[in-house]
Amino acid sequence: MQDPLIVYEEKCTGCGACVKVCPFSALSMEPREGRNLPESRFKKIAVVNEACTACGACLPSCKFDALEVREIEQKGSEDLESFSGVWIFAEQRNGEIQDVAYELLGEGRKLADELGEELSAVLMGFNIRDKAQTLIEWGADKVYVVDGAELEEYETDLYTDILSGLIRRYKPEIVLAGATSIGRAFIARVAVRVKTGLTADCTALAIDPEKRILLQTRPAFGGNIMATIITPNHRPQMATVRHKVFKKGTQQPGRAGQIIEEQPKLSLARTKIVEVLHEMGNQVNLAEADIIVSGGRGLGGPENFAMIEELAKELGAAVGASRAAVDAGWMPAYHQVGQTGKTVCPKLYIACGISGAIQHLAGMSSSDYIVAINKDADAPIFDIADFGIVGDVFEVVPMMTKVLRES
Amino acid sequence: MHIVVCIKQVPDTSDVKINPETNTLIREGVVSIINPFDENAVEAALVLKEKHGAKVTVMTMGPPQAEAALRETIALGVDDVVLLSDRAFAGSDTLATSYALAKGIEKMEEKPALILFGKQAIDGDTAQVGPGVAELLNLPIITYVRRVEIEGQLAKVERVFEDGYERMEAELPLVLTVLKEMNVPRMASLRGRMKAKKAEIKKWTAADVGADPDHCGLAGSPTKVVKIFSPPKKVGGIKIEGTAALDAARTVVGKLKEQKVI
Repeated sequence: MQDPLIVYEEKCTGCGACVKVCPFSALSMEPREGRNLPESRFKKIAVVNEACTACGACLPSCKFDALEVREIEQKGSEDLESFSGVWIFAEQRNGEIQDVAYELLGEGRKLADELGEELSAVLMGFNIRDKAQTLIEWGADKVYVVDGAELEEYETDLYTDILSGLIRRYKPEIVLAGATSIGRAFIARVAVRVKTGLTADCTALAIDPEKRILLQTRPAFGGNIMATIITPNHRPQMATVRHKVFKKGTQQPGRAGQIIEEQPKLSLARTKIVEVLHEMGNQVNLAEADIIVSGGRGLGGPENFAMIEELAKELGAAVGASRAAVDAGWMPAYHQVGQTGKTVCPKLYIACGISGAIQHLAGMSSSDYIVAINKDADAPIFDIADFGIVGDVFEVVPMMTKVLRES
Repeated sequence: MHIVVCIKQVPDTSDVKINPETNTLIREGVVSIINPFDENAVEAALVLKEKHGAKVTVMTMGPPQAEAALRETIALGVDDVVLLSDRAFAGSDTLATSYALAKGIEKMEEKPALILFGKQAIDGDTAQVGPGVAELLNLPIITYVRRVEIEGQLAKVERVFEDGYERMEAELPLVLTVLKEMNVPRMASLRGRMKAKKAEIKKWTAADVGADPDHCGLAGSPTKVVKIFSPPKKVGGIKIEGTAALDAARTVVGKLKEQKVI
């Protein structure tokens, strides 16, 4: 086993510059002594550990050319050139195409045009074939439809079998899916089955004009750093995208495309749905909400979430909560926004009595417009808010509800 | 019944600070913790053990230091732990990680009836390794689980969606990924801590589990990081202070309408 990152012991001065820039804590400065190295006037040397991903972030930091990333030989997919076209998974629930599918069509269209290739959508469910034309109007050139009573409810085994089967048969170059509960449940399984890579929660996708490969950019470490990832030797190149990260294109009524009905042989699903309960109202559907009103520690107690709910109702918004509010037992965990909760990207996020701990910001800082209300003028939430009100939440929030009601 | 829980040691990101000058991560002094969702998975296994009697094994893949995370779980009451550690695993993406873990599980003498994961790790946020392991072991999986009961060979599970949940059933063996809602993880007892200190940690290398080097680490990782950069720093916008609540409310609502966000 050769290390992917080589440290040239005769060049390394032990200065430690690389340790500071490594986003994965994969480098450390260790004493040269006891490492079986030739004598040196320097006491320390950079040592690489298992966390190294050979990303190369350390290379520019080394003034002594002591670091080099070694190309790792990899057995990839056979016949890379035979893969062509961009696919999106068109998620439907209860027969309704989900918004994330239109967002993927918008983004997929751009990528397909750049490559000069076709954009296709994969649609599966029961009594959904009439929705295929809608997907064409939103940008798909082709729609692969699998319609059957077995697919009335989402089932991981069946969805995995169908999508993997279609990928093997038609060999798309790129496959995109929403990072929804359903998408996240089966896409990773599909990627493993077709033996390729998958990049989760991309916030930007682009085509490298020279190599014609997909550049997949995603946040890591709670959004503190961004990483651009490629899948150089395997096909398809697969990525998931969160709700609302990409914008929908425009619908072109009457746009022509091809609808291909597929009838794959389905195996038996190994998990069974006994009952479906859509008990949680819109106030909980944080992922899909256009507006979210969130409360935090500043609310002081569970009873004060009533005013958050009232403002949310006036705006048709979902209700969020910070970890502090959830851990205190004021709100159920499914309302939690942040690193150990949900990551959201609404058009408007109103943070009430939330100081803006880094773990909260990780879950909401990419919202389009952020309003913060907090009595502490130095609260970090104001650093990212588009509109900050330094004031008492107990006064400002009810006033906002009142002003909205009157207008 | 044998229950295997796969955990990950992660940097405590609530501890992570950003250097305001360079806008880069400051990792110094950041402690390593068990991924919070994995703590829920360990707790779920321990609850099932108390109810039905089971052997609970916790496994992690990571550098030698990840041993600390395993010791913590011994203190909580798990029966056995395995550290998958080898330079060959270095730089694994989610596929290579799934492969290593699946190999580790296959190597276990007693086949697990249940394999548990946290819903995702807080440093990578991918939620891909649980499904990956399930696929490689050809086992069914239910993700985003907030409740599980075992009746004989049947698991009764609640799976959460964006706007609701489903009651589901599946025969064992089965893979589950669990949510924070599932439970409140217990604290280690003093006796548990003493036991953890002395415990021998089982260490398996790639060769021990019969892993093919071509499928491990960077060689076995289809995805490759090509660039790391700091996100553009978001700057605060308007901030009003000392304004009466009604005026502040009018101003902000006016602004939201002007910006067409409402």
